This record gives sequence, C-alpha cells and structure tokens, in this order.
Amino acid sequence: MQVASCRWLGATCVRNLARVSSGSVFHCSDGSRCYAHTSPVTNFPKCELTSKRYPVTRGQFSQITGDDINFFVNLLGSHRTITDAAELEGPNTDWLGIVRGSSATLLKPKTTEEVSAILSYCNKRKLAVCPQGGNTGLVGGSVPVFDEIIISTALMNEVESVDTLSGVVTCQSGCVLEALDNHVSQFGLMVPLDLGSKGSCHIGGNVSTNAGGLRLLRYGNLHGSVLGVEAVLASGEIVNCLSVMKKDNTGYDLKHLFIGSEGALGLITKVAINCPSRPQAVNLAFFGLQTFEDVLSIYKDVKSKLGEILSSCEFIDASSLECVEKNLKLKSPISAHPFYMLIETSGSNSTHDEEKLNTFMEEALESGKVTDGTIATEPSRMQNLWNIRERISESLVIEGYVHKYDISLPLPHFYKMVEDMRQHLGTAVIRCCGYGHIGDGNLHLNITSKEFDQELMSRIEPTIFEWTAKVNGSISAEHGIGFKKRNFIHYSKSHSAIALMRQLKSLMDPNGILNPYKVLPDNK
Amino acid sequence: MSLKVLVGCKRVIDYAVKIRVRPDKLGVVTDGIKHSMNPFDEIAIEEAVRLKEKNIVKEVIAVSCGPTQAQETIRTALAMGADRGIHVEVPAKEMEKLEPLHVSKILAKLAEKEQAELVIVGKQAIDDDTNATAQMTAGILNWPQATFASKIEKKDDFLEVIREIDGGLETIKVKLPAVVSADLRLNEPRYATLPNIMKAKKKKIEKMKPADLGVDTTPHFEVIEVTDPPAREAGIKVEDVDTLLLKLKEVGRI
Repeated sequence: MQVASCRWLGATCVRNLARVSSGSVFHCSDGSRCYAHTSPVTNFPKCELTSKRYPVTRGQFSQITGDDINFFVNLLGSHRTITDAAELEGPNTDWLGIVRGSSATLLKPKTTEEVSAILSYCNKRKLAVCPQGGNTGLVGGSVPVFDEIIISTALMNEVESVDTLSGVVTCQSGCVLEALDNHVSQFGLMVPLDLGSKGSCHIGGNVSTNAGGLRLLRYGNLHGSVLGVEAVLASGEIVNCLSVMKKDNTGYDLKHLFIGSEGALGLITKVAINCPSRPQAVNLAFFGLQTFEDVLSIYKDVKSKLGEILSSCEFIDASSLECVEKNLKLKSPISAHPFYMLIETSGSNSTHDEEKLNTFMEEALESGKVTDGTIATEPSRMQNLWNIRERISESLVIEGYVHKYDISLPLPHFYKMVEDMRQHLGTAVIRCCGYGHIGDGNLHLNITSKEFDQELMSRIEPTIFEWTAKVNGSISAEHGIGFKKRNFIHYSKSHSAIALMRQLKSLMDPNGILNPYKVLPDNK
Repeated sequence: MSLKVLVGCKRVIDYAVKIRVRPDKLGVVTDGIKHSMNPFDEIAIEEAVRLKEKNIVKEVIAVSCGPTQAQETIRTALAMGADRGIHVEVPAKEMEKLEPLHVSKILAKLAEKEQAELVIVGKQAIDDDTNATAQMTAGILNWPQATFASKIEKKDDFLEVIREIDGGLETIKVKLPAVVSADLRLNEPRYATLPNIMKAKKKKIEKMKPADLGVDTTPHFEVIEVTDPPAREAGIKVEDVDTLLLKLKEVGRI
C-alpha cells in the first residue's frame, strides 16, 4: 500500500497498489496531476486450498528438495529464489480469491537463458512449474494447484525495440501492459489491447491467454496483432519465432500455438506486437436504455453510422452498475436505467468525430431508443466514465464469492442468458448480473454469493455451459480455460479437437510439467 | 428568489493530460492539448445550479474569459444547468498573460452590470494555482467574501458558509451581495446529460471584450522562466533497520 499526497486536495489518497485495477490509480507523484474524490481500498477474502476445495489429484511429479533450491540459488541468487511462505501468499492466490495453491518456491528469472536453464532442470527432475505474469487471470490459470514452482516474469520487463516506421514493439514478456502502452505512446503508438487490469497484467500473460479487452472490436485479437513470439519449451529449448514482419508465410505459423495456450505448451519470454497509431481524438458516450432490444438496435446503428471511428461498444446492466455504485461508491453519470452502453470513438480529427457522435446522439435520443446519456471529450471525464465499466469486476469481489463466466453468445441470446440464470437461481444468490463487450458478442455473467457454496455451484455448472452449447456459443470468450473450466471444454470443442490438443501437449511437453491441471480436461 | 448569480468558469488543460513545458521555456504547450473546465469551477457551477433548483436563485450566468474555445467551457456550464453565458474574448496569445487581477476586474464589472448579488468561483484554477480571483473580486466590489466554502446555506438576507481552514472548519455569516469561492467538498458536480446538452445549444452566449467593460489587460508580470519540476531521484535499499536509521540521520530527517 502506498500513500501519495495530492497537490490540490490537501488530502491524501490511499491506493492499494497490489490489487486494484488501474482505474483507481491516481497520477500523484513527480508533479503530475491528480484530482479525484475518493479511492476505496478493497479487502480480498482468503480462500481454501484448491487441492481441498476441488476434486483433483496431484500428478506424478517430484517433490522439491534442498538440492533443487541450491540449484536455483546458484542460478539466480537467493534474492530471486523466494521460499518465504509469507512472500508466497500472494503468488499462490488468484486475484478473485477462488483458488489457492501451496507452492513453496517462486523463481524470478531476468533472461530467456535463465528461463531455459530453469525449465531444462525441472524437466529432468520432473518438477512441475506454473508460469505467472501479473496474476490477474480469472479462471485459476495463473496460480499453482498443488506445489508447482512458480516462475514469475516480473523481472523480465525490458522493452527491446520500437520500430517507429512499422510500429512494431519487441519486448520481454513481463512488461506491464500499461507501462508498455506508456512507452510506445512516446512514439505516437498504442498497444492494441486495453483491459481493466492493465496496471498489473503482463504482456506475456495477455498473449498466453489471448486476452481480448475493450478494443478488440477495433483492433482484432492477439492472433492478429502479435507478429512474433519467443518461447521456451519444457525441455529448455528456446523456440525463436520472433518475427517482426507483418507477412511471413514460411511454414507452420508456430507462434499461434503459444498464443492462448495458457503456458501449457511453452513459456513466452518475448513478444513482437504490431502497434497502431495512437488516436488523436477520442470521444466517449454513455447511454441509458430501457430494453435489450434497444441495446441491439443501437449497436446496429453504431456500426453503420460510426463504423470507421468506432473503437469500443460496451454493455452494462442495471445490477452491475448498482454494484459499482454500492461497493466502490462510484457515481453513475445519468439516472437509473435497466441497461447502459458505452460507445467510444477514436479518430484523427476531433471536430469531425464530435460532430458525428453528436448527430448520432441526437438521432438516438429522438428515436426514443436512448432515453438518457452523456458525452465526454475530456480525458479526465472519459476516465471517470470508463472506471464505471472497468471496475465492475473489482466491485463484485467485495460481495464475497464470485462465480465468474465469460461467454460468447449470438446476440439475440445475449441477455436472455442472464435473465434465465437469475430466474433459475432466485434468492440463493446476492446478485446475478451481466456486462461485457456487446460488439464482440462477449458476455461477462457474474453471480455473487456470500461465500463459496458447493451446492450453489452445482446448480450453476454445468447448466450454464449446456445453455451456452445449445445456442452454439463459447464457454470461454476471452478468459481462457485455466483450472476452473478444463472439464467443461468439451462444451465448446469437439472430441477430435481435444484429442489433437493432447497430442500437441505430449509432443511439446512430454512430462507434462508446464502448468499442469490446466486447459486440458482430466484423464478419465 | 430574485437572486442573480455570476459564476466564473476557466478553460484549463485537462488534469488527466501530461503537461509539457514549451521549448522557449516561457509557458506550457497548449496547442492540440485537451482542455476542460477547471474542476473547482465545475463545483462552483454545480452549487449555483443547486441553489437554483432550491428556488433560492433566479438566474445563473456562466462567465469565461479566453479564446474562442472558451465557449465550449461555457457550453458545458449551460448543459449543467446555467441559464446563459458571457464570453469575454481574450485571444489565445494574450490569455497566458491574463492575470487574476484582470479577471477580478472583469467579474466585478459584470456583477455590477448584471446586478448580480452573488459571485461564485472555484477556489483556484489548476493551471496557475494562484487562488486570488475570489478575494480580489470581493475587494474591488467591496463585498464580503466567503472563501474555501464546503457548505452554503441561505438564511434570511445572509449566507451561512462553512469554510475549510487549517486544522478544521469555520462557520461564518456573510451579508449579500457576496463573493464565494468553492472548495473540493462543496459538492460533486453532475454530468451534463444528453437532453440538457441539446437544450444548452439553444441557450444564449453574449460576447464582449475586456475593453467593452473598461478593463485594461496590460500585464503587470513578466514570466522569466517556466521549468519542469525536478525529476525524482532513485531510492536506495538498505540492509537492516540500523542502517536505515543511520541513513536517515545522515540526511537529517531524524
């Protein structure tokens, strides 16, 4: 926790650096500016060990010994070989507080060669490892399940190069997304990825999980933006696919195997990302709507009328907004509505964009589809509006246990799912709410209860996955499979696809030491 | 219920934007930089609008001195609920030499012209941080002043104002007409909603020049140099508490 004083307030704002999304972080030091009303500090629950809460058996891996520790200390030094239980508490627990491992070793390599040496040793010794970035994952993929050695990318945070002509940035995998974005902004570029956890998450973790975020609608997903990947296989072999070319059709495009495979096929050590030019004019509209049909209709209008400048189209329901207001004391800019939308435009000419957005807004208001709203063109106000959307996740955690689902659905079914689940669960839960990237058909369905309850869980799963499969949706749109969803993957992947995944896994990681108990279903 | 309020709203560089010093070191870069209404002035507008909603005030007039774009700031005030605007045109080049005394003279003249009985301004602007306009306006008008207000209540023919002072709060009574400066805790400004943004487009903004009010804006100050704050030096790590104490003593902190 850090206390920073704010110049104009004459007061202090307290921030919890470790576990608060960047939305609440103020720029207070070194003469930079700061102006805000309040910043709540969030308390996170301590959860039960994953190995106790969930039916899962430890694999045939070796136990870590004193000799192993000696090897790591020789390689990295004692300050980068962490064995102190208190220091390991954070890296053993996920951000949501739903899974907790019991690892006794955390390694902090700085170079690809060190990662290679660690993995090569672990592979020989059959020691399981869990690669970890910013530990902001939402499906239990970034923390150990048992005693896997945690390999953190925290010290691998060098930016190697920025090609200002092509816009390609090459960096190590431990760069924090927001820091990387700030770095490339000096050159008029931006990282084509933005998500609520940008102040903590690592770019390597983003690539390993193929993170989506708020601007996927405009810039596409990481399979498109990532041009090259350098990864270390379980054997310690370094696979260099670090191309910086936009086109490279020489054989199998292996980098795609590492994008979205959640550290189970290799540990990503470097990435090359194609960065678009930073928009010079950004505007944001916040709309209130009465029905979900109006939401869909506005989405359609947005695409046709703002298409070329549209950079984000987000959806929030009344319950999600109420949660942010109640738990984080953020203020809604407009009166209460059943549904809300955030529409962002990014372009090069602010007058042109503002005029377009204003016309759109007037028409939307006249048509009656939008009944209230506001527009922000100033960065400070836009940030305040974005906070409402970006900090929903954080506000939910305060209510207790969060059952988190991240689902792709055909738009006509999008909100029906929330309504059906709400009815299905009734008063057994505190809240059942939905928000997300409507432009990508990606719903974040969240159910909160006071604490973890096995019975409640069995009422939600697999019903929710069956529902999704029935309408041909995906049970994980952008969060990945991780530990939590591995046994439900068949709802979205065919048996032959899962079989091929297993073959790839055994080819690239024959001993299964890389992030075990994740992605692939248990052997039955 | 017949009260007319004049509210000052300055156009400043948005607080979320990183400030850059101009190469000639005589000012900061403002071209192509996002501006917004000074946050404390937003609070002042909000308070005036709330007083109107409580039927204490009849009309809220938003005033801004600045280049053409200052009209956007006035438009924001109108969308928040001000009734009409006055734009005192000061070209961008002269704007950076416009001093609080000039603005105070302009506000004082306008208060007389409009027969306003209350002037509310933000306690300071976040660009030059002078915190002087309210005080000097009161001085020129020879009106009582209630600065750093965190609560305003109308009682009979006076205002009861709670002020933020060092180490606590002070409650004072001021006779009307008066000048009030808004502090952070006075209220939380609203967002301008779409219907009000549309209505604001039809509201009137009167344009005039400082000379029209008989105000001379010749600068009294000369800016010699503008520099960045010194960059923070890197910290050091110490082995144990004893070394920490030793180091703190060395730099004279304990």
